[in-house]
Amino acid sequence: MKYMDEYRDPAAAEAWLKAIRGLVTRPWTIMEVCGGQTHAIVKYGLDELLPSQVQLLHGPGCPVCVTPLEKIDRAIALASRPDVIFCSFGDMLRVPGTDRDLLSVKASGGDVRIVYSPLDAVEVARRNPDRQVVFFAVGFETTAPGNAMAVHQAKMTGVRNFSILVSHVLVPPALEAILGSPTCRVQGFLAAGHVCAVMGYREYEPIAERYKVPIVVTGFEPLDILQGVYLCVKQLEEGRAEVENQYARVVSADGNRPAQSVVSEVFEVVNRSWRGIGEIGASGLGLREAFADLDAERRFDLSAVGPRPEPAECISGLVLQGRKKPNECPAFGIRCTPERPLGATMVSSEGACAAYYRHRRKAEG
Amino acid sequence: MKDELALSCPVPAGRYEQVLMAHGGGGRLMHQLLERVFLSAFSNPALDTGHDAAVLDVGSSRIAFTTDSYVVRPLFFPGGTIGTLAVNGTVNDLAMAGARPLGLSAGFIIEEGLPIETLERVVASMQGAAKEAGVAIVTGDTKVVDRGKGDGIFINTAGVGLVEHGLRIAPAAVQAGDAVILSGDVGRHGMAIMAVREGLQFESAIESDCAPLSGPVLDLIGAGVEVHCLRDLTRGGLASALNEIAAGAGVGIAIDERQVPVREDVRGACEILGFDPLYVANEGRFVVFVAGRDRGRAVEVLRRHASCEAAVTIGHVAAGDPGLVTLRSLIGSTRILDMLSGEQLPRIC
Repeated sequence: MKYMDEYRDPAAAEAWLKAIRGLVTRPWTIMEVCGGQTHAIVKYGLDELLPSQVQLLHGPGCPVCVTPLEKIDRAIALASRPDVIFCSFGDMLRVPGTDRDLLSVKASGGDVRIVYSPLDAVEVARRNPDRQVVFFAVGFETTAPGNAMAVHQAKMTGVRNFSILVSHVLVPPALEAILGSPTCRVQGFLAAGHVCAVMGYREYEPIAERYKVPIVVTGFEPLDILQGVYLCVKQLEEGRAEVENQYARVVSADGNRPAQSVVSEVFEVVNRSWRGIGEIGASGLGLREAFADLDAERRFDLSAVGPRPEPAECISGLVLQGRKKPNECPAFGIRCTPERPLGATMVSSEGACAAYYRHRRKAEG
Repeated sequence: MKDELALSCPVPAGRYEQVLMAHGGGGRLMHQLLERVFLSAFSNPALDTGHDAAVLDVGSSRIAFTTDSYVVRPLFFPGGTIGTLAVNGTVNDLAMAGARPLGLSAGFIIEEGLPIETLERVVASMQGAAKEAGVAIVTGDTKVVDRGKGDGIFINTAGVGLVEHGLRIAPAAVQAGDAVILSGDVGRHGMAIMAVREGLQFESAIESDCAPLSGPVLDLIGAGVEVHCLRDLTRGGLASALNEIAAGAGVGIAIDERQVPVREDVRGACEILGFDPLYVANEGRFVVFVAGRDRGRAVEVLRRHASCEAAVTIGHVAAGDPGLVTLRSLIGSTRILDMLSGEQLPRIC
């Protein structure tokens, strides 16, 4: 497949591995931020092929994994209402809330629909004027423009029965939270290429500077990741801490300005809670006052669904911060499996625990 | 932010007490449902073999007997219809027991309001598929349900076939050293359906691989190939079928991802939707486990059939790791190819 096979070529992969092996003189710990990268690393077994001195840690960049329990419970409450059509991306449906998940709500008669685009949800609202349509707006900077566009379009065209349940999170504050922790083990980052395609990479420069940590904007194919690791190790070995762009075929310094513009028109930066991690200041997006009437949490009375305590049965918070590997959890593969997940990291296809379970159980489990 | 990040995690999700769509997805949830509800209630030697069809002794003969239901949407798609699926699916379940199909039944559950013309098109496609497979539809049943209580039309087919050889074709016959042969490219049927449902446009439509498989299978047996097990790759795709056989046979299976053919348009559609073609449904593909020495001849015999012209050896049965399927990835590392938990769900990004 053009523009894809080139980045999965075994001979080129071996050449990059050889280059990394020739570069590394001591142990380094690098975090890949995005769940999509975690998935590719485990699917292609890249971490097995890397020299043992290079340890990859899995970051908090799986949107499904970090959506807080309270939001899932609110989604479930909304989806259970007979007057609501609840639209969501597919992989949110299996995430466990306090008592059940959205798939169970659907099986109980809730009108829960998988959509591929938030604009599809607006269309559902147009076709069902007598029902309320709620879209579950989750994700990082990658999904924010599409969700903002849906809100913008619904508002401009007067689709009054459409609203969104917002749980957007932002990458840079999460990186700073990880770097600011006294137990931080991360020495370099592979930044998420998709996020930077929207936002550019200028916002990472102060972080690299402040924390003296190399940040390499990296894509999602095996060769992207190996090249990203190479560039990161090279900086570490040379004592540099800069922002570099491996994913130049997609990412520019300034990103996608029209996308940023619609995001900032519709959303504003707010404090946001991350599942398994806790609240991080200025780490999320919420609807601006001008669009408050499209906020599902204001439109519907959800006061009964408040924050719930989360028992510390599993270690997904540690996994999301790169402080533990999934298979270091005593429950991994025993009390926690993709069929009966303890935490969201075992649910999403991008979650580190699920990726390990599917692809690596035997090797390290 | 506190100095130390707070650590907490969700509560355990309870055991599902209602049937979910994922219980029909061909993955681990479906197998759990089968074991919990059906196998525990119906257990008997024929059922417990875990085969696509039951093989029963009738006097001095052996017959294969199977049934399946079809609830596909849309009813018509590139490369087939619900009717061609209903015929070929049951013919193929018989073929996977190494049986020659003798006759099929067809049961129709029709939703009030379905245009007669639609029904006629479905039935005509069934007759065409039956003719191609060399089998007759010899009995049937029709029920009509209220509008809103069906999805246009549901079809159940059952089939009886004759087992004319002495081979024992079942997961339990699989042994170390067997070759694993795949009859052609994977993922076409599932992505043909998804492309229609989701309105994906490609340069040319992805066509389902829907086809009868009894011809190639009977030729394999007729050519004296020592066939140990056969499995068609329907829901759950290649990965689920291999896991079922590895678990049923108590063996390890090792395959090479580079040998598994996937058409470029199918790969593209899978990339867009975040699916793995190894888990996508097929309706005209199967794997066959044969004695290692017969692998070359088996591939040669299969390739004589149009539906199997891309047949290829994709791996072998290993002595260790009972129940485990391992895959050598495109770039040369080895990983587990697990059974899917439920359905494949489109990813956020």
